[in-house]
Amino acid sequence: MNLFRSTVIWPLAALAALLLFNAAASPGFFQLEWKDGRLFGTLVDIVNQSARVPMLLALGMTLVIATGGVDLSVGSLMAVSGAVAAMQVNRGAPLAAAVGLALLATAALGLLNGLLVAKVRLQPIIATLVTMVAGRGLAMLLTGSQMVPFQHKGLQWLANGSLLGLPVPVLLVPLLAVLAGFALRRTAAALFLEATGDNETASRFAGIRTDAVRMAVYIFSGFCAGLSGVLEASNIAAADPARIGDTRELDAIFAVVAGGTALAGGRFSLAGSIVGALLLQTLTLTLYNQNVPPAVAPVPKAIVILAVCLLHSPRVRAALARRTASAAKA
Amino acid sequence: MNRILSSRLLPLAATALVLLALFAVAGWQYENFFSPRVVLNLFKDRAFLGVIAIGMTFVILGGGIDLSVGAVMAFTTVFIASLIGRYGWSAPAAIVVALVVGVVFGMLQGWIIQSFRIPAFLVTLAGMFFARGMAFMVSPRSLEIVDPFYADLADRGIPLGPGLLLTMGPLLFVLLLGVAMVVAHGTRFGRQVYALGGNEASAALMGLPVAATRVATYALCGGCAALGGVISTLALSSGDPTRGNGLELDAIAAAVIGGTVLTGGRGWLFGTFLGVLILGTIKTILDFNGSLDPAWLRIASGGLLLSFILLQKLLGGRNGGN
Repeated sequence: MNLFRSTVIWPLAALAALLLFNAAASPGFFQLEWKDGRLFGTLVDIVNQSARVPMLLALGMTLVIATGGVDLSVGSLMAVSGAVAAMQVNRGAPLAAAVGLALLATAALGLLNGLLVAKVRLQPIIATLVTMVAGRGLAMLLTGSQMVPFQHKGLQWLANGSLLGLPVPVLLVPLLAVLAGFALRRTAAALFLEATGDNETASRFAGIRTDAVRMAVYIFSGFCAGLSGVLEASNIAAADPARIGDTRELDAIFAVVAGGTALAGGRFSLAGSIVGALLLQTLTLTLYNQNVPPAVAPVPKAIVILAVCLLHSPRVRAALARRTASAAKA
Repeated sequence: MNRILSSRLLPLAATALVLLALFAVAGWQYENFFSPRVVLNLFKDRAFLGVIAIGMTFVILGGGIDLSVGAVMAFTTVFIASLIGRYGWSAPAAIVVALVVGVVFGMLQGWIIQSFRIPAFLVTLAGMFFARGMAFMVSPRSLEIVDPFYADLADRGIPLGPGLLLTMGPLLFVLLLGVAMVVAHGTRFGRQVYALGGNEASAALMGLPVAATRVATYALCGGCAALGGVISTLALSSGDPTRGNGLELDAIAAAVIGGTVLTGGRGWLFGTFLGVLILGTIKTILDFNGSLDPAWLRIASGGLLLSFILLQKLLGGRNGGN
């Protein structure tokens, strides 16, 4: 019974159902192949693509939402970091410097979000909407609105290379998630985060530096978005300032909400968000397999997000609880 | 002067001052900037934004936000183009149906926000992706509108002087602004919107129809977004699923620059009009300059929105948040 109370069980069930549907619809879906010292197969692709963008973005977004905020700028920050990294390697900068500068840039934009939310006390949607629009403008300005192709073994390896027989992002991103989870749950950080999201005033009176907590989560979200943008540019060996990260904020929110983190803040589940990200990528692939054009794919995603939120809403919960209670009586 | 400085109208005065300063600097920098033709073109070019910003102002005054407006506008343009081009509808019928779809879409969003207590930004964000995806489903590419009614309307308007024609788009914008100002400041509905945004609990205790008012603001905003789409098809004789990307920020910025407070309950429709003109002037300056990257427009509207919010915070702090 405890298992069903857990938030992770529902996205896991949805994921299993989607996988079974795909297995029935397209034979060879579960097939894995070992070739040239590396694992290949549709499942590996799903995990890889999921790790590269939605999982990384959801990692930062989960913590932001846990504090009662939201970060709409992640897609635009991806474009900024992709552009910075691509332009740096084209100028002959070493890999570490290029990636480091890209991450520094998006972490700084994350800090700007954090300052606007925590110090200026703007609503998070407005603060991050500004960085979303201005950030995309910044990426276009940096690149002159042109695609920036590059040839750089190291940078291309980040998304296309393999470690221990698996694509690099498949190892890198879950590792980051586990590290973040440990760092939060093994210290009081997770408690501070959830307290801030639950009741900021009470937390401040209890001695939690809520401003610092809120700024930290936006910086972390900027960092995750930056890493995701670098991986996205690395994947196609080019940074496209107009396209990288476009509508990806929806994917991140999808993963977080589907993973059982409440939008109102106050509690979070990183494991749930990871399952949510896998669910999102599987759903995307299923839609493509059913010949839904990529530009139309946001329609079903938006419907799923709304449906999950409706299920979370007090009114629907109360109605469901009443039905369960009356069923138990009868 | 002192009375203006101390009054609630200070943000509005600041906005008007910024507009005048922008125009003065641009007129001094660029020859021919200060001409009726440039002003008229600005109105023509930004009429759709103006109409959408009016709807957005009502939603913000009521304490909400609507991120779906740009996508709803894009959907309207391809929807109309497709009804006329593919299904042989008459243009007026297509326009009426598209407006009804916009109103119903807004109403639905408002109903979900009101009934299920889901944050407005999330519902309208989902609405934004839904409408944008539906636009691409109607047509992945731009659709031209070839229709005698459209061709006729494009040439119609009120002549203001030699070679100066006030066309349908800007005319609709100015008319709607007048109606909206009367509705906001002179009707029961207008006062209910201000009361709802000011303090929902006390509005409910006063017996105001909180639920109906909130749903109505979103329906109004959806209708305005669709009307913006209609104006856009009139101006460009085409529908395009990619149009209006980032428009929600411009609409919010126009309202906030005009002195509407994002938490609701305070603001002016006329301020939104000034805000639209400021954004339009910046775009005209970028067009005049030619050498500036168009990406600056995005950065400028973001920066301007931010500075006006900061200004409001400062003023709000001095007046004790009143």
